[in-house]
Amino acid sequence: MNNGQNTYKIFKMKFQKSFFSKSLLFSSINLLLLLIANFSFAQGTAPTSVNAPTIDGTVADNSMWIGIGYNVLLFLLVCFVIAVIGRILKIYDLTLKMQNKKGINWNSIIAMSFGVFLLLGLYGAYWEYTVHGSMILPDAASKHGVRIDEMFNITLIITTIVFVGTQIMLFGFAYIYRGSQLRKAYFLPHNNTIEKLWTVVPAIVLTILVVFGSITWKNIMDVPVSEQRSALNVDVTAHQFAWELRYPGKDRKLGLKNSKLYSINNKLGVDFKDKNSYDDLTADEIVVPVNKPVRINLIAQDVIHSFYLPWFRVQINAVPGLPTFFQFTPTVTTDDMRAKLDNPNFEYKLYCNKICGGNHFNMQKVFRVVKEAEYQDWVSKQKPYLSDQLRKELKMAAAQPVDAVTKNKLAFNKL
Amino acid sequence: MATALTVNNPELIHVHDDHGHGEHHHKETFLTKYVFSQDHKMIAKQFLITGIIMAVIAMILSVLFRIQLAYPNTAFPFLHTLLGRFAPEGRLDPNFYLSLVTIHGTIMVFFVLTAGLSGTFSNLLIPLQLGARDMASPFLNMLSYWFFFTACIIMLSSFFVQKGPAGGGWTIYPPLSALPKAMPGSEMGMTLWLTSMVLFVASQLMGGINYISTILNMRTKGMDLWKMPLTIWGFFVTAILGVLSFPVLVAGVVLLVFDRSMGTSFYLSDIVLNGSVLPNEGGSPILFEHLFWFLGHPEVYIVIMPAMGIVSEVMAVNARKPVFGYHAMVYSLIGITVLSFIVWGHHMFVTGMNPFLGGVFMITTLIIAVPSAVKTFNWLATLWRGNIRFTPAMMFSIGFVSFFISGGLTGIFLGNSALDINLHDTYFVVAHFHLVMGSAAIFGMLAGVYHWFPKMFGRLMDEKLGYLHFWLTFIGAYLVFFPMHFMGLDGVPRRYYAFTEFESMKQWLSVNTFITWAAIMSALAQVAFLYNFFSSIFFGRKASQNPWNANTLEWTTPIERIHGNWPGEIPTVYRWPYDYSKPGHDQDFIPQTVPFSQTLNSNLPHDFEDDPEVEKLQTEWLKKNSPSQEVK
Repeated sequence: MNNGQNTYKIFKMKFQKSFFSKSLLFSSINLLLLLIANFSFAQGTAPTSVNAPTIDGTVADNSMWIGIGYNVLLFLLVCFVIAVIGRILKIYDLTLKMQNKKGINWNSIIAMSFGVFLLLGLYGAYWEYTVHGSMILPDAASKHGVRIDEMFNITLIITTIVFVGTQIMLFGFAYIYRGSQLRKAYFLPHNNTIEKLWTVVPAIVLTILVVFGSITWKNIMDVPVSEQRSALNVDVTAHQFAWELRYPGKDRKLGLKNSKLYSINNKLGVDFKDKNSYDDLTADEIVVPVNKPVRINLIAQDVIHSFYLPWFRVQINAVPGLPTFFQFTPTVTTDDMRAKLDNPNFEYKLYCNKICGGNHFNMQKVFRVVKEAEYQDWVSKQKPYLSDQLRKELKMAAAQPVDAVTKNKLAFNKL
Repeated sequence: MATALTVNNPELIHVHDDHGHGEHHHKETFLTKYVFSQDHKMIAKQFLITGIIMAVIAMILSVLFRIQLAYPNTAFPFLHTLLGRFAPEGRLDPNFYLSLVTIHGTIMVFFVLTAGLSGTFSNLLIPLQLGARDMASPFLNMLSYWFFFTACIIMLSSFFVQKGPAGGGWTIYPPLSALPKAMPGSEMGMTLWLTSMVLFVASQLMGGINYISTILNMRTKGMDLWKMPLTIWGFFVTAILGVLSFPVLVAGVVLLVFDRSMGTSFYLSDIVLNGSVLPNEGGSPILFEHLFWFLGHPEVYIVIMPAMGIVSEVMAVNARKPVFGYHAMVYSLIGITVLSFIVWGHHMFVTGMNPFLGGVFMITTLIIAVPSAVKTFNWLATLWRGNIRFTPAMMFSIGFVSFFISGGLTGIFLGNSALDINLHDTYFVVAHFHLVMGSAAIFGMLAGVYHWFPKMFGRLMDEKLGYLHFWLTFIGAYLVFFPMHFMGLDGVPRRYYAFTEFESMKQWLSVNTFITWAAIMSALAQVAFLYNFFSSIFFGRKASQNPWNANTLEWTTPIERIHGNWPGEIPTVYRWPYDYSKPGHDQDFIPQTVPFSQTLNSNLPHDFEDDPEVEKLQTEWLKKNSPSQEVK
């Protein structure tokens, strides 16, 4: 058969070509192996360099380059293996064609690989949901957090259904409708009914999510002023890379602050023209009573930070010049959470969640939720903000007029 | 429309109406042909190759910081050799880590997925698919590239200044970015970042204005707006979006420059930095966030919409089926464009802005999910009962849709302000945008590269290497980003240098190692692409004129790419670009240049909506020929 002869000729040509490149390939692989052997030998002769404690010095450098060289060679080897496999596939394909069989049907292989990917991917997603899904935060430890979790679960169910459905369709169609010479695609430019359907249905679902989301959001963020007044006020000032705390004294009111009043002894810039300031307390960790509303008053001194307490579903930015607050009610004490997680060392931690500089990753504070009695005990032990040094400093400063600066005070805690 | 061009550009009359290529070429020097070229195809290639180089750089940066995240306690001497003072004793400096994150984000979002994607394919395809000899202003087009190139150089040069590149995150929120003393990355590096971005925006504006005016004024005869391929629609709305929103970024950046170097207080107020009280008063950092996200949010659509257009086109060609719901696709693009201007506040739910505003932005944000859903379903319907040909371009398009779904659905969580309280700035966000605008847009771009490579270089890329590249990248991207959702749900913040300081984050260390190795695998897989791309330019199989049997105009141009695109007259367009597998026609595609009079067998009443006379002729013909058809 003429056709067969032609293919044979082509095959012969290709084979010679590939044989040539193959011998080239093998020789280069040999060379590679030699090089690797050489390098490993070099590694063997310089054992001190492997454990060298410092990296300056030529010996350490040598071991480094060997390590890199080794990895590069490994990668090149992988490339060569892939090239060889590619060659073999090509030869196999040509052999098939020479025998008047159909060559490798790549289109079918790809279609099947999409099918396999669908199955593996679905299993992978299931695995992720169960394994990594079990590593996520425990149930919310605050009143509003429970609502957020509900909202989250509803959204998760809806989106998971859509996710699985659409991915099955996508890869399923790719698998089923693989191309063939025998078939023509179905000419379907549009279908108004189904298009309306899949515009309206997502719109309805999203409307439901928006309505519930808005209600939840408003409940969390729009706390009535009367409730804000009855809450425990805690003043948190963020700066690179720490959180400073101030608690109100017996009057339950925090004094005003003004960043311009900053000094070594008055790092928060508390304004002592405001009488409420006199009994304010400092603290090293945030301690709050359980089941009582807490209002965190935030400000930043230098750059934007973010007050983030994931266990309570609490987050609000601390912005220089713009006072913000977040009010919430913790419901699980630290001790209870320790028991629940079976981790005796557990502490709620406050994270900084807005990029703020080099130590952003380590800007933390312990946040402790305790029983009311314990809280009272703790708060009674806290030191007043108005330290002796500050008293001294202020007496000196009191002689000077401070009007120019006090004009700028922030109407921060006035409710 | 072609006349409009020839009148405006007498040089082209001279060159092309005389068919004088030889005469033309002797005038071209190396400098005018390859460097300061005004030919849209060469500019597209310049954008593409610069974009690829920038993408490789950004990818290497990401591998560097992934190494830090995977092995926070290990010293890597080669890092010291490579980065010097930025990696003392072989461990990344925390500030430099932030610089890496910042520059990775900036390069990927702006330099690769905005300029590399729009710049390449808008330049290449707008004149070719609309039937124009070149862009409306070839000179502006050239300037656009060179501004972009300068911006790239300035951005990369920041690696060579004493304190390192900008480090405040790609969103460069002041005061961090406004106070040079706040971090090393806010000194010279930030100045270079701002300079680079101003030049970049200038480049985008020149490009955008060019794209819009070319699309509106220079379409060939018969090419009305509803006959344009979806690629062009994608580029068109993207350009409009860019022209309207990019200037706002410049405004924000200029004010930031004032704050940095002229002592103004647009964004600064009540600042105590390292123990010294600054005099600034009355500014608001939130103002910058508003200005930034007024661009920043449209920006993510600037990134994704060209990819959407490319994917729609590639899917139709390779499924051998018309894009399902062409009009719905266009209207959803327009809907996304309009809505994208009023959703920026969802990046700012927890800045302490008025809760009422948060509610408003949640509504607009979730509305934008509707056109996105419509597009997704339309792509699925395009595949349904198709006759799918799995070219690498098609595979990347399918990958695009998969990423777009996975990443888009998590947007429903983040767009909900109540849920955003706990998810904001965590790894959940990182996973979300890397899937929906990172991976998806990159896949759209790669689909475009594989599909239009023959148009750019006259040769084909190797398909088998394309398959390998696709699978490694596709699986790798999912392995990298899927687990990140769960880290976010555990409250792990993004932009953390190490997870070692918090007891609760230590459980994710092993996951981080896994993600890093998946990232390294996907990064190495790109070698397959780079090898394939650059070797195919010179040694690839020669392409035929219309290698994919596509309908659009660019495949009617000759294989050798000539200045002016068509040697003779520009072809006239008679039909929409998606007549694939039309019943009654002997082939499974009918190019846009084929008049209905030649396809009487396959014409449908729907084809003549706007021309009752022709419809009458067609019905008469059908009446005459219907018995013979029945015999068949």
